[in-house]
Amino acid sequence: MLDLDMSPYGAFVWPAWGISAVVLAALSARALIAARRWKRELARLEAERK
Amino acid sequence: MPWGAGPRNRLPMFGLANPDRFMRFTGPLVPVLWICALGLLLLGTWFSFTAPADYQQGDTVRIMFIHVPAASLGLMAYGALGVSSFLALVFRHPLADAAARAAAVPGAAFTALALVTGSLWGQPMWGTWWVWDARLTSVLVLFLFYLGYMALRASIDDEAKAARAAAVLGLVGLINLPIVKFSVDWWNTLHQPASLLRSGGTSVDPVFLPALLTMMAAYAVLFGAIWLTSIRTEVRRRRVLTLRARAALEA
Repeated sequence: MLDLDMSPYGAFVWPAWGISAVVLAALSARALIAARRWKRELARLEAERK
Repeated sequence: MPWGAGPRNRLPMFGLANPDRFMRFTGPLVPVLWICALGLLLLGTWFSFTAPADYQQGDTVRIMFIHVPAASLGLMAYGALGVSSFLALVFRHPLADAAARAAAVPGAAFTALALVTGSLWGQPMWGTWWVWDARLTSVLVLFLFYLGYMALRASIDDEAKAARAAAVLGLVGLINLPIVKFSVDWWNTLHQPASLLRSGGTSVDPVFLPALLTMMAAYAVLFGAIWLTSIRTEVRRRRVLTLRARAALEA
């Protein structure tokens, strides 16, 4: 059974989960954006050399 | 000499140290890891909020499901950074250096999450946000090693020199890992002793194990996805720098 009533500890449980979600999302986005950026740049340079 | 062309790569243990082979091998693996991480995170979150509240800790027990995996991954990521630093120093292999570099940011983030979520758990349970006990202090030192590693790399313009200096620091920081792990056994700490991996079996109530173990697997697979993606990005970034340098020489 889903339990979303964290009282009286909501002020501790939700920030802990919220901060974790934001940091994990930011870490993932950072890795994926950098991967796309350098993949595109490498493909452009290799195409230029051909 | 291109990456991985040296004689050391004829040894079987260095098979994947060849960047081309590494890129071919990890190419299909990375999307699978990302999908598994997302699935495990969703499943673990569901388990975390369907588990009953603890009879003593109430709903704060749900912080355990994100605090313990973050702390474990903070340690494991530093282990990966330290071992990669050792391989980079001894064998001077650029892929090992790329692996060390790629572990730093996610490792620091997991360690920071362990400190923050631990603090948010400590206030309602211990009545304090922070104490200078051995476990908390050694995890803070671990976080400072990560920051020092990243700052050292960023402060030296010559990438080869930066890599060597950072690898030495990364290696030194390995000393801190057993201190973090065994701090709760060696000293009297407010932090509880090991409850999951300990002789005599786990002391965690079985009702919390599905959530805890699923979230630990989710964090581990997510770290694997981020780490491999970042190593692959680093390989490509260095190829780009090489091509740019070659183009500048030819111009």
